[in-house]
Amino acid sequence: MQLIPCPWCGPREETEFHYGGQAHVAYPQDPAALTDEAWARYVFFRDNPSGPFAERWSHSAGCRRWFNAVRDTRTYDLLAVYDAGEPMPDLGERDEVVS
Amino acid sequence: MSATFRLPTGGLIDRDTALRFTFNGRSMTGHPGDTLASALLANGVHAIGTSVKYGRPRGIVAAGSEDPTSLVQIEQPFPEPMLTATTVELYDGLVAHGLPGQGRLASEPDPARYDAKHVHCDVLVVGAGPAGLVAALTAARGGARVVVVDEQNQAGGALLGTREYLGERLSQDWAADIAAELRNTPGVLVLDRTTAFGVYQDGFVLALQRRTDHLGFDAPADAARQRVWRIRAKQTVLATGAHERPVVFADNDRPGIMLAGSARTFLHRYGVLPGTRAVVFTTDDSAYRAAIDLARAGMDVAMVVDARPAAPSVLAARCSARGIQVRAGHVVTGTEGGARITDAHVAPLPGTEGNPETVDCDTLLVSGGWNPVVHLFSQARGTLRYDSELGAFVPGEELPTVRVAGSATGALDLTSCLRQGRDAGHAAALAAGFAPVGEVELPVSGARTDERPGMVLWRVPGELREGAPDTRFVDLQRDATVSDVLRATGAGLRSLEHVKRYTTIGTAHDQGKTSGMITAGLVAEELGVELSEQRPTTFRPPYTPVSFAALAGRDRGELHDPARVTALHPWHVARGALFEDVGQWKRPWYFPRTGEDMDTAVLRECRAAREGVALMDGSTLGKIDLQGRDAGRFLDMLYTNKMSALKVGRIRYGVMCGVDGMVIDDGTVIRLAEDRFLVTTTTGNAAMVLDWMEEWLQTEWPHLDVYATSVTEHWATIPLVGPRSRDVLAELAPDLDVGNEAFGFMTWRDTVLDVGAGVPARVCRISFSGELAYEVNVTAWHGLAVWEALMAEGEKYGITPYGTETMHVLRAEKGYPIVGQETDATVTPQDLGMSWAVSKKKADFIGKRSHTRAENNRPDRKQLVGLLPVDPEIQLPEGAQVVGTDRLPDPPVPMLGHITSSYRSAALDRTFALAVVRSGHERVGETLYVPVGDDLVPVTVTESVLYDREGARRDG
Amino acid sequence: MTEPASPAQPPGAHLPDHPDFLWEDLEPRTFYDVVIVGGGGHGLATAYYLAKVHGITNVAVLEKGWLAGGNMARNTTIIRSNYLWDESSGIYEHSLKLWEGLEEDLGYPILFDQRGVLNLAHSLQDVRDSVRRVNANRLNGVDAEWLDPRGVKEVCPIVNIAEDVRYPVLGATYQPRAGIAKHDYVAWGYARAAHEMGVDLIQNCEVTGIETVGDRVTAVETTRGRIAAGRVGLCAAGHSSVLAEMAGIRLPLASHPLQALVSELLEPVHPTVVMSNAVHVYVSQAHKGELVMGAGIDSYNGYGQRGSFHIIERQMSAALELFPIFARAHLLRTWAGIVDVSPDASPIVGLTPVEGLYLNCGWGTGGFKATPGVGDCFAHTIAHDKPHAFNEPFTLERFTTGALVDEHGAAAVAH
Repeated sequence: MQLIPCPWCGPREETEFHYGGQAHVAYPQDPAALTDEAWARYVFFRDNPSGPFAERWSHSAGCRRWFNAVRDTRTYDLLAVYDAGEPMPDLGERDEVVS
Repeated sequence: MSATFRLPTGGLIDRDTALRFTFNGRSMTGHPGDTLASALLANGVHAIGTSVKYGRPRGIVAAGSEDPTSLVQIEQPFPEPMLTATTVELYDGLVAHGLPGQGRLASEPDPARYDAKHVHCDVLVVGAGPAGLVAALTAARGGARVVVVDEQNQAGGALLGTREYLGERLSQDWAADIAAELRNTPGVLVLDRTTAFGVYQDGFVLALQRRTDHLGFDAPADAARQRVWRIRAKQTVLATGAHERPVVFADNDRPGIMLAGSARTFLHRYGVLPGTRAVVFTTDDSAYRAAIDLARAGMDVAMVVDARPAAPSVLAARCSARGIQVRAGHVVTGTEGGARITDAHVAPLPGTEGNPETVDCDTLLVSGGWNPVVHLFSQARGTLRYDSELGAFVPGEELPTVRVAGSATGALDLTSCLRQGRDAGHAAALAAGFAPVGEVELPVSGARTDERPGMVLWRVPGELREGAPDTRFVDLQRDATVSDVLRATGAGLRSLEHVKRYTTIGTAHDQGKTSGMITAGLVAEELGVELSEQRPTTFRPPYTPVSFAALAGRDRGELHDPARVTALHPWHVARGALFEDVGQWKRPWYFPRTGEDMDTAVLRECRAAREGVALMDGSTLGKIDLQGRDAGRFLDMLYTNKMSALKVGRIRYGVMCGVDGMVIDDGTVIRLAEDRFLVTTTTGNAAMVLDWMEEWLQTEWPHLDVYATSVTEHWATIPLVGPRSRDVLAELAPDLDVGNEAFGFMTWRDTVLDVGAGVPARVCRISFSGELAYEVNVTAWHGLAVWEALMAEGEKYGITPYGTETMHVLRAEKGYPIVGQETDATVTPQDLGMSWAVSKKKADFIGKRSHTRAENNRPDRKQLVGLLPVDPEIQLPEGAQVVGTDRLPDPPVPMLGHITSSYRSAALDRTFALAVVRSGHERVGETLYVPVGDDLVPVTVTESVLYDREGARRDG
Repeated sequence: MTEPASPAQPPGAHLPDHPDFLWEDLEPRTFYDVVIVGGGGHGLATAYYLAKVHGITNVAVLEKGWLAGGNMARNTTIIRSNYLWDESSGIYEHSLKLWEGLEEDLGYPILFDQRGVLNLAHSLQDVRDSVRRVNANRLNGVDAEWLDPRGVKEVCPIVNIAEDVRYPVLGATYQPRAGIAKHDYVAWGYARAAHEMGVDLIQNCEVTGIETVGDRVTAVETTRGRIAAGRVGLCAAGHSSVLAEMAGIRLPLASHPLQALVSELLEPVHPTVVMSNAVHVYVSQAHKGELVMGAGIDSYNGYGQRGSFHIIERQMSAALELFPIFARAHLLRTWAGIVDVSPDASPIVGLTPVEGLYLNCGWGTGGFKATPGVGDCFAHTIAHDKPHAFNEPFTLERFTTGALVDEHGAAAVAH
């Protein structure tokens, strides 16, 4: 069971959190203008990398705030935590470090 | 009965107290401090059970949890399957027997309690042997919060099985001293009988504490029998020790054949001799000490058989002095005996002079070196390295938060173990932010300072006699032999994981603690590869078996999942309501009167709602208070229809879709003010909808000024339904004009009810039944009083409480769908015939784009319709399928849809159903068929609204 | 006081041994007509049917680790075909029929045991959904019954059907032809038979790239060199997204940890398979006597082959609600696989925009039962460059058109 550093509450047990999948997938500006393919991409297709992954978490049994995290899906190590709406931080060589 | 193998003195047992126990039907005695295994050995019992595949007798091989063979079934005080006799602490009245490979579950429920506890610490030390104790003391003296867990009933680890001196103190006493100091240090928690069984992410370690097992019948019923400790440690020191490794030879499984170090433990810890006459077979020095100690204690040790070309001179000389013959360059090639070993066959290895000889013995002690216990280190994602001198995998690079000390690193001598413990404790404390003051002074140990790794020997060389069954057991519990391993490699298998699966080695109760390394060695030897290039099989949690009940803890029965009840619940219970589980809620299902079955009760309740007045508990509906400047805009995106246009004082029904366009919830939206709405959700989806709102608000539209708060439990909600509802409400709400002109459909009013000193209420004119209805909302605190007042006021009209079943019938007569019953995540609002609730003007709402996909516009989508069985007495089963033909073809039969709801209607005086049917809206008037059992029931398709199509009844 | 059972027939004596020869560990050749990426059950079965049914034997199965060491080695071996929708029932029932003849077909004792499966219902809506599925199954030619609590107890006497528990058992669907098999035996049966027909089984060979010329696949790059291929079939379960990405194909999949566990060997108490989506647990007792249990997936994406322990604890409390006599059984070993979950809980099997490249993924927690069926259909798809009728509905395009096969009700948690 992981310890997840909520940016508002500090490190808390994983059981307090709700997982929200990939981060930085914006709701399309004008869905009506999209092709069926483009709309399907938004609805159903998400990155599924083996390695660092920017994703959303909600501290659902705590402050109930959503935030973003970069987590390595191989080791589950959290590499960075940042506010929802902020761009993914530059992790430099971190990608190479974890293997 | 005398315990003939118990020495008159020695051992950490209480000789003044006798404990009676029964094993395999025989009564015996032992003492506090004994394990079942030591008590059995004291009574001369070696044969425990029989093996799983060949039914061969099996004994006791080791003294601890690594023992592969001493599997017992506990019968009294309560049946427990498959424990090793070496881990069962003896208590008075214990009844147990040996197992033939399978355990037995009790048929009665377990009366014991189990729980879990969380603890946070700076340094966790696993293992209270010499290294662990010093590590803990070092860290604790530096001020760190330390937790020490150890699987034995007392600290000391391997020291409990020796009689060596550390400085001036006997090893066992030294350990007790340190443990006492630790216990007296504030901030230190020492847990005996506690096995760390799993290491997880971020310093999370799980340990099982056996709190009352050793008390047997005296275990207090109100104390948790076992406790799972959930430990979160900044730093962890693994001082988990080492397991002695056997050597494989023919007939190596007979009772009486035991690991040498374990025999020494039985001697020193329990004051027990394993037999009368022993042969010792070794590849290293440590077994000599066992031979010497046992001989000194009075055992006839006939011979030390040392596979190495030269015996260690000092130790050999000490053996000779005690009359123990030493044969260097020799091995044990086989044994004789039945339920107990009678002879050992000894022969020289090639290159050594000598003759084969047979030595009679009832005990054969074996040592093939030591395997560091690296299970937890491996679980912590530590990499392992093969040490060819030790013939074992040892911890590779240190981890940032996990250190290893003592014989778990492969260290063989006590001085190194102590030093490693101190270094690890120091480093761990430092890493956790503490600077230990001064150094813990280490005792000078004369023991094992010159210990060198022995010879690595997996099995005694030699070929199997043609046609003879192989009795060279590698995994004694799985009855897997050298031949099995060779068959696996011969079959083409190259990976250890494959060999393990082919032979089942390492998959039994002991998880291969004594067999895994040997298997790896045999495979490498056979394939001619280096062990350093072989990956060991994965060490998976738990380290030792953990009972299911311990892991379930308190989350059982009522505590399995919280039951949510409304403010009115006690009234429902008192009135004999039957309840339905809806999510976590207990909802009244129906209120049967004496002698009524469900159908009768529901027909009565329905009639009351349509003809007089009835009320129900609607408090479980989810309620979300939505405030902020942009609340209307936000709701426009969430619901398919336009909520921002709703006027203050009015109410609108809304449908909510997922981004895929499918219905996920519905409910009413009340506009309380320009910047405030109250949103209701279905009972089961309240939390989901709140989460859904928060997700969009926080992650997608954070610029919107909207705040969502759950107020579900703040309110008691009571729909008052039926033509006489207006009369009842008028009496109770004197300030409220309840007339249709002043208080129209889909509007709300605040008022004060004439209950007690006056209860503020919000009354909504909404109807889920099609009847005139008022939804009365008061604070939960006043709910029961208001309910009772409504009951009293309505008495003259025959007011009738009803439950969810009647609610379902009433709404189905009106064709109102229930999300989750008529819908299943493949249904759109259009499919439900609710295009009227889907805005065509709004530029966008969640799900809108999906509605324009090709699949959503197929004419043959399944759509909600009503079905009337041609025979009005036949009630169709919910879940029945609908077909188009009056005769069933061979499967697969084309299906048009299914029955989502089906009832007997008082208002219609017949049965009816709702169904989703392909092209349903176009089929109105058609006859379709519903297979029920062997019959095909003809039904007529109708519109979904079956009662009061004009909506004449809603205004009373 | 119980005396030890007679050792006349030890409990483990009846289990069959594996054959003396399975397969040869080979070096890869430079070209194959068909390269199957992923040496799990699906990959091995596909290779087997390519050779047996379509006569295509210049085939390599590439496995990055040890053969059948991924989900095939980690699943709880439940086999059933009682899915809701016609599309699913088609392919799973096809598979179940193949299971029924597989032991003979492969000449391998796969220990297929049709002991039935119960899917419990704990709420009135569960009951409606269950009855709906039973009726659909029967009309689709799949054996299915609805049992009331007493009927449940008759099939599995140890299930707790008391009414005063938190979520009482209100009934169950029962598929008598469902059952279990021994996973390694199945995988090795396929591997041996495929190998006999000339298929190369290449282990420790990880695919690192997929080479295309124009829109056509030409080769795979591997840790053991480049291997040219006429056609390439992906059977990589949890690793499918990573592989498809190499060919520029994005998949609607998320890879999650799925955990399972076993107990020690116990005398027979559990004669069938019990699954409960509502309390998230599924249990059977394997041939040697160990209880085999699975739970729901861990919520987060993960390739680590391990999950969080609170899932196991939750699963234990659910198991004890249903089976109070399990209280003093012991957890012996836990592990996790990586399951590739699709948005509608149905697989993706078929062609891709890249010519000669075929997809078989998205089986989520339920791939084991489909092994023979999808092996047969995927082999057909590769051999004919055209989907088999049974996998035709399971296209990648359905996520664009909206023609989903939503099996969450039948598949969401338990398999």
